[in-house]
Amino acid sequence: MAYRWKNNLTDRDVTDEAAWLNRRQIMGGMAGLGLAGMASGARAEALEPNAYEDITSYCNYYEFGTGKGDPSKYAHMLATEPWSVKIDGMVDRPGDYALEDILAKMTIEERIYRFRCVEAWSMVVPWNGFELADLLEMAGVQAGAKYVAFETVLRKDEMPGTRYPVLDWPYVEGLRLDEAMHPLTIMASGIYGKPLLGQNGAPLRLVVPWKYGFKSIKSVVRITLTDTQPPTSWNKANAREYGFYSNVNPEVDHPRWSQASERVLGSSLFAGKVPTQMFNGYEDEVAGLYQGMDLRKFF
Amino acid sequence: MIAQAINRAARRVPTWAIYILCGAHIGWAFWLAASGQLGPEPVKALEHVYGEKALQLIVAGLAITPLLKFARVNLVRFRRAVGLSAFAYLLAHLLVWLVLDVRVPAEIWADIVKRPYITVGMAGFALLLPLALTSNDWSVRRMGAQAWRRLHKLVYPAAVLGAVHFVMLVKGFQIEPLIYLGAVVVLLLMRWKPIAARTRRVPG
Repeated sequence: MAYRWKNNLTDRDVTDEAAWLNRRQIMGGMAGLGLAGMASGARAEALEPNAYEDITSYCNYYEFGTGKGDPSKYAHMLATEPWSVKIDGMVDRPGDYALEDILAKMTIEERIYRFRCVEAWSMVVPWNGFELADLLEMAGVQAGAKYVAFETVLRKDEMPGTRYPVLDWPYVEGLRLDEAMHPLTIMASGIYGKPLLGQNGAPLRLVVPWKYGFKSIKSVVRITLTDTQPPTSWNKANAREYGFYSNVNPEVDHPRWSQASERVLGSSLFAGKVPTQMFNGYEDEVAGLYQGMDLRKFF
Repeated sequence: MIAQAINRAARRVPTWAIYILCGAHIGWAFWLAASGQLGPEPVKALEHVYGEKALQLIVAGLAITPLLKFARVNLVRFRRAVGLSAFAYLLAHLLVWLVLDVRVPAEIWADIVKRPYITVGMAGFALLLPLALTSNDWSVRRMGAQAWRRLHKLVYPAAVLGAVHFVMLVKGFQIEPLIYLGAVVVLLLMRWKPIAARTRRVPG
């Protein structure tokens, strides 16, 4: 059952390629003349997706290196065909699911989401993907399951960043089952109608728009249903800084920087930050999931 | 032989070339950021360019004395230009952070007090400020060489603070900032008397 959630943005909000290429030049020119600051004003009126070039060149994917440009440089090394996802744990139909079989059964929708990185920058991405709930229903979630664990592919030869112990590889993430089943939670296979590029988590990645970006695990090869809270990579690396939930929350700072505001990617050198919204602007949709929880404690 | 060749070549380079080069690079990087050519996050990119160059020049400045002592490479007359250029980058780094990044005065102070990596960075800057202000012949004469040299030893803790600032701000376990910290520590150890005395006995 797709289309549980409807974009309040339509296809027309996706800027076509020619237009955003132009826009970049115009903005560059404006910035040079000191006339910038208009970009943030535009954001308030309509959520404008970032340029394809920005989305595909400014990435955090430490398996390919810690520089923002490293993933776009090296991610082509990762072979994404053939691809299968192992779905196991507390499901009725465990197994290795070939990606093409998954995609054939799912309804691909466009979802234009805000994407807020824990590093206090953000962009707007027009994803193409399907609801994770549909995939989980396909595998048949058993009654006792409470959490969903995810794992990123790990191939040392094809992922040069994994030679360094930046994190404990492979990258793992997790969601509570109700978060995973939420209609906003999708598995994305494309951006701007094109198949995902390696640096964005090809061929299949999670997107949870109300959480910090690192929760949206890339290049998923395994999904496991469990009844215990699964370990997550950044939490293992530094539990004081990265919690299991990691919901976007302007009121709870990262120990090393403020989360009250964010810089919108693609805006000029002279444009300031914009305030960060509770649950990244999806408060109406997801606040109910956390009713009665102390979000300072469960950050 | 190599040392002599370097010394000969270096004699032909005017020290003002360093000021021109660094000044031009600071301006060039700013232009790139302002015209959208430094990627979609120009503020962070510019902060990083300036901060990293400052740290590199501080390391280069610290290498000048050991190069003379242990390798007979004499670049001493560039030391002031290297130090002042490092400070120029540092000032640019700080200004980008103040004016383009944080902007709000109340938040600037809160960040300095609340965020250890910013506290550490600011402390490094504070230590270098008097050094930049006294990096001129007039100050050396006025202070006397001994007092001046003692004051300028503040670059040692400042360099450590600068490298630690970099180590503290990255996410996860990353090698690059640790290389800078390692370089600073090695260059400082080479000045430490027990080590310096032992190695000086080696014929040059």
